Amino acid sequence: MVTTGKTPTQENILHSVSMIDKPQIVSHWAGQRTSKRLAIAAYLGMILAVVLIGLPVYWMIIGAFKQAAEVYQVPPTWIPAHPTFGNFTAAWGSAPFGRYYLNTIIITLFGSGFEVLFAVTSAYAFVFLRFPKKEWLFLLLLAALMVPDEVTILPNYLTVAKLGWINTYQGLIVPGASVAYGTFLLRQYYRTLPPDILDAAKVDGAGHLRTLRSIVWPLAQPAIISFAMLSLVGKWNEFLWPLIVTNTQTMRVLPIGIYWLMVEQGAIEWGIVMAGTLFVVLPVVIVFLYAQRYIVAGLAAGAVKG
Amino acid sequence: MFLNTSSQTRLIQRPSPPSRPRSRLGSATERHEWLLFLLLVGPNLGLFFIFTYWPLLYNGYLSFVRWDLLAPVKLWVGLGNYQELFTSPDFGKIITNTISFTIAAVGLTCSLALLLALLLNQPLRGRTVARSIIFSPVMLSGAAIGIVWIYILDPRYGLLDVLIRAVGLRSPNWLLDPHWAMPAVVIVYVWKNLGYAVVIYLAGLQAIPRELYEAALVDGASNWARFRHVTIPGLSPVMFFLVLTTILATFQTFDVIKVMTNGGPVDATTTLIYYLYQEGFVGFNAGRAGVTAVVLFGAMLIFTMVQMRYTQRKVYYS
Repeated sequence: MVTTGKTPTQENILHSVSMIDKPQIVSHWAGQRTSKRLAIAAYLGMILAVVLIGLPVYWMIIGAFKQAAEVYQVPPTWIPAHPTFGNFTAAWGSAPFGRYYLNTIIITLFGSGFEVLFAVTSAYAFVFLRFPKKEWLFLLLLAALMVPDEVTILPNYLTVAKLGWINTYQGLIVPGASVAYGTFLLRQYYRTLPPDILDAAKVDGAGHLRTLRSIVWPLAQPAIISFAMLSLVGKWNEFLWPLIVTNTQTMRVLPIGIYWLMVEQGAIEWGIVMAGTLFVVLPVVIVFLYAQRYIVAGLAAGAVKG
Repeated sequence: MFLNTSSQTRLIQRPSPPSRPRSRLGSATERHEWLLFLLLVGPNLGLFFIFTYWPLLYNGYLSFVRWDLLAPVKLWVGLGNYQELFTSPDFGKIITNTISFTIAAVGLTCSLALLLALLLNQPLRGRTVARSIIFSPVMLSGAAIGIVWIYILDPRYGLLDVLIRAVGLRSPNWLLDPHWAMPAVVIVYVWKNLGYAVVIYLAGLQAIPRELYEAALVDGASNWARFRHVTIPGLSPVMFFLVLTTILATFQTFDVIKVMTNGGPVDATTTLIYYLYQEGFVGFNAGRAGVTAVVLFGAMLIFTMVQMRYTQRKVYYS
């Protein structure tokens, strides 16, 4: 687990979101006699699961380092006999991956940026501002969770086409910019903030926007980071909408780019294709290693709390 | 608009008439709050109206017309599209595909994940690393994962064939055999999403009050009895949540299918979401895509309603 420099209070608040990493352990198998045999079985089960889940990822990585002939060798080699970086340069050369990275970074940063901004501000309004029938508006927002993006692709394609946004960044970003889950998550979190601090801000004459910026925003960091991470990963991996709304190579994002690389290279050059999938996956793995606890906390908060 | 109101507020405050009614000041700041509320919530909600609620209605409209996305006129056919689809054997096949995919994927994901979560909830050395590895496929691009699995599933030189040969069997031609393509997609789905379910189960397990286990232990309950009467009831809301979330997620699974099978061979892996894409963006049949979207949304709505009703009763907000 990655340790980051956090103050004790932040740590506590984080724990109230994440129940995963509490050190409390509940053991059902405390029986003395059977415990040793069960422990061995448990370790074997755990190792089996890790191997089965980990193998395909391992296969992707070593595939990217194998030379063309070795990829088709039967039985296959578990460690590349002559590891090569050639697949990476070949993949980079056979499709404009630089451009794919640029496109993906743009739509990920702006897409998630909007989602986080909307979640932070909408949740603030729903918790701290008066508005007639705001509970109804909240339900209206929440109801959007019931309508997955997949259902609305055709009408949205028509709208985006009418706006002239096919093959544009705004076409990729704007239709997915609004956010219901994040608003829900942050609303839950804001309600647990200590009212004393918020009252103190009011007494000091802080307006709502200042309270939001200098009190709620920093205090809600764990929840905001959790949601931001989920959002970033979601946008980075998005496939269906970019597939529909772009049709030029220069506007492709990484998941679409790798799809076309596979279609074009096909079952001919697996080493190159595996190198390409690593291009797509690697940034997410790095983010994951750094922010795993936030990601897990964001998912668990939606499940266990509501 | 926003600035206007704040200056209005100041105007009311400045003259300070002797008997200024308090309620008027109150309503002015209140109106100020209303405007701020609209400013903060408006864009978010507005986008939902344009790109979620309106398209939902428009789907309904499209399901009643015959249109190729290009012609200037949409021909009103009433329930014609519904009639055509519901009586066609193709659509029946697609519904069957969707249901079998959902049942297999949900059943395997939720049961295997429960076993794994119970395991990883034990004080095993290295379980943090194990948890990370098991969770990691959840984060990876479905398109990239699908491609890796095509390589793994290849019956001639794939990794899976090596494992299958090890137990003395021969690998089927997974992606080209109509009988094996769906199982292959299910395997990939379960492999990719197992970690999510494990993490949610673990959160549920940790939320079960420790005192319950201690009390059961004092009462002399066996391991099995404690599992049966403390763990299972304590976990049931999470289980319910997971089953429904996974059902909804399988309805939305597109990237893996598109990459691995293109819905084939011979429609063997064409689910509702894939059919919607195919009719809308390959076949340019807006009417059929509209009907499919209505059916898909209807199915998802039912499951979401069930989930919301249940969680509303079960969950207490802090």
